[in-house]
Amino acid sequence: MASSGSSFESEIGQLRGLIAEMGGLAEVAIRDAIDALTSHNEELARAVVAGDARIDALEAEVDRLAVRVIALRSPMADDLRDVIAALKISGVVERIGDYAKNIAKRVGNIETITKFQPLTLIPAMAGIAQGMVHDVLNAYSSRDAELALEVVHRDEKLDNFYESIFRNLVSHMMENPATISSAAQLLFVTRSIERIGDHATNVAEMVYFAATGLYYSDRDMPFGNEKVI
Amino acid sequence: MPFPDPQLLRHVPIPTFIVEGSRVTFANAAARTLLGAHIVGEDVRIALRDPKAVAAITAAKGGSETIEGLSVKGSRWRLTCNVIDADARMVLLEDQSVRVSVAKAHADFVANASHELRTPLAAILGYVETLDDEKAGGDEPTRKRFLGIIRHEARRMQALIEDLMSLSRIEAVKHDAPTDPIDIIALAGEAVGEFHGRAPIALTTNCDSATVAGDRSQLAQVLRNLIDNALKYGRDDATVHVSVEVTDSGRVEILVRDEGEGIAPEHLPRLTERFYRADAGRSRAVGGTGLGLAIVKHIVERHRGRFDIMSRVGQGTTASIIMPVLGRGTMSSN
Repeated sequence: MASSGSSFESEIGQLRGLIAEMGGLAEVAIRDAIDALTSHNEELARAVVAGDARIDALEAEVDRLAVRVIALRSPMADDLRDVIAALKISGVVERIGDYAKNIAKRVGNIETITKFQPLTLIPAMAGIAQGMVHDVLNAYSSRDAELALEVVHRDEKLDNFYESIFRNLVSHMMENPATISSAAQLLFVTRSIERIGDHATNVAEMVYFAATGLYYSDRDMPFGNEKVI
Repeated sequence: MPFPDPQLLRHVPIPTFIVEGSRVTFANAAARTLLGAHIVGEDVRIALRDPKAVAAITAAKGGSETIEGLSVKGSRWRLTCNVIDADARMVLLEDQSVRVSVAKAHADFVANASHELRTPLAAILGYVETLDDEKAGGDEPTRKRFLGIIRHEARRMQALIEDLMSLSRIEAVKHDAPTDPIDIIALAGEAVGEFHGRAPIALTTNCDSATVAGDRSQLAQVLRNLIDNALKYGRDDATVHVSVEVTDSGRVEILVRDEGEGIAPEHLPRLTERFYRADAGRSRAVGGTGLGLAIVKHIVERHRGRFDIMSRVGQGTTASIIMPVLGRGTMSSN
C-alpha cells in the first residue's frame, strides 16, 4: 500500500489503531452513561466523566502522529486520505465522548422517580445511536463504504425518535409540573443522543471519503464524482 | 517462526488470532468470519476495540476478559490471551451467549409472557372505556371500528394463550416419544390444503405415503406454523414450496421454502428462543406471537427429529425437518 516503506505502513496502522481505541472508549462511555442514567448510578456517571480525559489524550496523540506523518513522509493518494480521515474522525469521536460525558454529568440532577415514563424511551433511542457508532467504527475498521452509507440512512430514524421523545417530554412537563426540572434535564440528554447520531453520520461520511476518494455529498452528482486526491 | 505453524489453527472452529507486536499477523477462518477478513495486518485495536479486550491483549502476562456485544447486541464472549513469547500472543474468543441466554431466558420468560398479554389487554380496556362513553359509543362507524380493534386484540391474546398452552403441553410430554403411525405425506397434503385458495403454495413429494411415529395434532401444528411463517415473511406474490421426501437412508425430509427477504445470519441461532424476534415490529404487525418456532423445535425434538433453518439475505429462507421414517409407499411420478 505504501511506497515509502514499511515503517510508514506501521505508522498508518498505529493511527488507525488509535482511532479504534478512541472509538472503543467512546462506545463504552455512551453505554455506561445511559446505564448510569437509567439505574441512577452516580458512581458510574462519575467514572464516565473521569474517563473522558483518556479520549482527549488519545485525540492529541492522533493529532501529533498525523502531523508527523504528513510532515516527514508526504503521503499521497489513499495514504493521504487515510491520514486526513484519521485527523478528522478523531475530532468527531472526541465530540461523541463529550456528549457521553455530558449525559453522565446530568445523572445527579435527575431525581429518582420510579416509573418516570419518559425515561423508559431514552434507552431505546440511545440503542439506535449506540448501534450507529458501533457500526460506523466497524465500517472504519473494514473500510466498508456500503456500511458507512447504511449508517447515514439510519440517522433519520434517530431524528424521528428525537422528535417524538421531545413531544412526549413536553406533554409530560405540562401534566406533571413537579417533574419539570428532571424532564428538562432529560431534554438535554435526548439532544445529546441525537447529536451523537449526527456525529456518527459525520464519521460515516469521512469513512466513505477515505474508502472511495469521493466526497459523500457529491456521490449522486453526475459530474461531481471525480476523485479529489 | 517461534511457535507451531499457525496454519494448524486454520480450521479450528474457535475464533483464534495471533498478534505480533501490535499487529494481527494471522487469523483463522472463524476469527475472520467473526471480526472480518480485514483484521489481518491491521493494528490489534482495529480487530477488537473494546477497552477491556485491548487491556487484556496488551497486558504483559496476557489474561482473560468478558466482552459484551461482539457479534450481536446482547452476545457475550470470553477472550483469552496467551503469551507465546516476548512479542507474540495468541488470542482466543469463546461464545458464551448461549450459557447467558439460557439463564436469562428462564427469568425473562414470565416477564415477557405477561408483557405480551398485557399489551392487547390494555388496548381492549381502553377501547371498551371509550365505547362506554355515550358520545363515542353512539356513533355507528366509530363503534364498528372500535369493536373491530377489540376483536383483533382479543384474537391476538387468544392466539398467544393457545401457543403458551401448547408449549407447556409439549414440554410435559417431551420425554415420551410419540408412537402413533402417521402418514406424513397425507398430513402435509392436508396442511397445504388448508391454505389453498388463500395463498400460492405448492407441495412436492417423491412417494405416495411415508409413515412416521408421531403425534398427529403436533405434527400438523409444526406444518401449519412453518407454512404460516413462510407466507408471512415471504414475498407477496411468490409461491411457498413445501416438499416432503423420503431419503435412501430411511429418513423423511420436510422442507418449507419461501422467497422472502431472508434472515441475517446473526439471528439464525436464536430464532427458536421464546419471544425472540428478528424484527419485533414486523412480527407483531403480522400477528406473530413470538412462540411459533419455539413450538416447532420442541415438537420436532420430541419426535427425535432435527429442525434447522437456512437463510440467505435477499433470497429467502428454508426451514427443514429431518425425521426417521417407519415405512414408505410407492414412488410417485411428481
